Amino acid sequence: MMTLHLLNKSPQSMSLYSNMLASLSDNDSILLIEDGAYGVLDAHCKIFKDLPDAVGLFVLKADAEARGLSERVSALFEVIDDNQFVELTCQNEKVVSWY
Amino acid sequence: MSDKKSILIINQSAPYASSKARESLDVALTCAIFEMPVSLLFMGDGVLQLLKGQQPEALQTKKHEAMLTALPMYDIDCLYVTSSDLKLHGLHSEDLAVPVNIVEQKQIASLIQQHDTVLTF
Repeated sequence: MMTLHLLNKSPQSMSLYSNMLASLSDNDSILLIEDGAYGVLDAHCKIFKDLPDAVGLFVLKADAEARGLSERVSALFEVIDDNQFVELTCQNEKVVSWY
Repeated sequence: MSDKKSILIINQSAPYASSKARESLDVALTCAIFEMPVSLLFMGDGVLQLLKGQQPEALQTKKHEAMLTALPMYDIDCLYVTSSDLKLHGLHSEDLAVPVNIVEQKQIASLIQQHDTVLTF
C-alpha cells in the first residue's frame, strides 16, 4: 500500500507541508514539482531529513532546472525526468496532490 | 460492501476566501449521488469550515455550514478531524456545526490507505 505525494508549493507553505507530512506512511514517496522543487535547497531540508529511510524523495528534473536548482539539489533527493515520474506513478497504488 | 470506488476528500482551506471549500463539497455530493462511499477529512485551516454560527449573508454567498449539515441526507456520515488541528485553533467538538470523528494525527495515513482515491482541496 504505497502512496505518491505530489507537492507543488515552496516550503513557505508551511501548513501544506505539515498536512502532507502528517499523512505519510513509511513506504510512501514524495515528488516535488513546480515551486515545490525549491524544497531541495539545503536550507529547507530539515523538513525532510527526519523522515523514515523508506520514504522516497524525488524532484522533477525540468522544474528543478528551470529554477536554477540543478547544482543545488540536496543529497536527500533523487532527480527524475518525466518518464520516471510516470513510472513512479505506476509503482504507487495511489497519488495524492498537495497544492 | 459497495463495488464503487471509495473516495477520501481532504479539506485544507477555510471557507469563503476561496472556492475550494465549496468545490470540495460539490465533488462530495456528486460522488454520493453516484453511490460512491465518501469520507471527508478536515486538516489545518480546513477545520474552520466546520465552525458553528456562520453568518455569510453580507458576503452574499451560500452558507457553508448549511451545506455541511445537509451531508447526512446524501449518506455522507464519515467526517474526520484530527485532535491536533482542533487544538491548533483552540476549538472543541461543541464548536462544530456537525458531528465529526476526532482522530489522532497518526491515523491519517491509514485513512488514506483505506480509500481507493484521495482528493485534496
